[in-house]
Amino acid sequence: MNWEVIIKWLPRLAQGATLTLELLAIAVILGLIIAIPLGIARSSRLWYVRALPYGYIFFFRGTPLLVQLFLVYYGLAQFDVVKNSSLWPYLRDPFWCTALTMTLHTAAYIAEILRGSLQAIPRGEIEAARALGMSRATAMIHIMLPRAARIGLPAYSNEVILMLKASALASTVTLLDITGMARTIIARTYMPVEIFFAAGVFYLVISFVLVQGFKLLERRLRVDAVHGR
Amino acid sequence: MTIDLHGFGPALAAGTLMTVKLALSALCLGLVLGLLGALAKTSPLKPLRWIGGSYSTIVRGVPELLWVLFIYFGSVALMSQLGDLLGIPGLELSAFAAGVIALGLCFGAYATEVFRGALLAIPKGHREAGMALGLSKGRIFSRLILPQMWRIALPGLGNLFMILMKDTALVSVIGLEEIMRQAQNGVTTTKEPFTFYMVAAFIYLGLTIIAMTGMHFMEKRAARGFARANS
Repeated sequence: MNWEVIIKWLPRLAQGATLTLELLAIAVILGLIIAIPLGIARSSRLWYVRALPYGYIFFFRGTPLLVQLFLVYYGLAQFDVVKNSSLWPYLRDPFWCTALTMTLHTAAYIAEILRGSLQAIPRGEIEAARALGMSRATAMIHIMLPRAARIGLPAYSNEVILMLKASALASTVTLLDITGMARTIIARTYMPVEIFFAAGVFYLVISFVLVQGFKLLERRLRVDAVHGR
Repeated sequence: MTIDLHGFGPALAAGTLMTVKLALSALCLGLVLGLLGALAKTSPLKPLRWIGGSYSTIVRGVPELLWVLFIYFGSVALMSQLGDLLGIPGLELSAFAAGVIALGLCFGAYATEVFRGALLAIPKGHREAGMALGLSKGRIFSRLILPQMWRIALPGLGNLFMILMKDTALVSVIGLEEIMRQAQNGVTTTKEPFTFYMVAAFIYLGLTIIAMTGMHFMEKRAARGFARANS
């Protein structure tokens, strides 16, 4: 193992790490925002409310992220409507395409987590809220969503780690995230073992920090207490 | 609406077959690795526990795409050394072999946790009963523990297989002619990226539905003898 090469290229890999983190932050935050209405609609009792989010979730969970990314990045250019629209400067930019695809992808998974969490809330608590005269919307905002957030948090933290790893696909559309940067460096140095090793360590460190951060958050929100443990 | 594939239909079908082959091969490797990982992680020997633990932690913390690239490009030097040793010049890992190893490795790391959970869910008394009957350790594992683990681990393994099937798309990056690569080939000639990637997406959806149905039947079969009364 040639450590000098690793040390020499560490700053460039760190540069890649900032791009990885940017993509990850956009995806998991915007994805969560989209997932809230999606998850609520998905757990509706009315089939016509449920149908659309169901189709959305089925498509995004049933196909590889790489296909979705290529559909957005290469596929949209097939339509002149898109090319002539004012959004085109964003939709031909690999960064915004990746951010958009990752957001839509993770929203589907988070919506499923949210649905599971909403269904895991004990019926009695919702009935209690309604018995106190809360409207459905008030009960949703003040009782059900905060409760679901705590139930779903461990699963959400898993999803964030999965998205960290999924962000490596950005390198397939020319972006220089950790993986993309590693591939560029290897093209110049022909040292695949050393550079991929260093890139792997970057991912391990980031996921370790994220896991610890979520553990702190779980303790702050007293997630273990609401599980009755 | 009809979809014109400009004669790329057979190529996509061949790609689908390649994807299925890749997924099933990686599944076999992953199941073996997962089982070994789980045994190592629950072993009374500390070094084995450490190996099992590091395997599942490290592999799960690094992107699948990085594993695919690492194994394909990183093995070149190692394989040529091995080739010199065996007297085969220019020995290298094919894209298919690299894909199977990388995806099997990732599947195995997650499967380690699934199998470990299943292993711990089997009451201790079953092992003791086997010992009291004078069965050997290997016998107890293969005849008593393993068949019971299967039922508990199956839903978890099914989820992992769905993930594995979608991860096969990553192997297109190193040039394996599976669904994604064939779609890319189609795009290069026809300049219709949306059409081809959408067709690829629906092939993956179809494969997912088939796998889901298969899992449903396997779970049902594995749960026979454990039926609950309708309440």
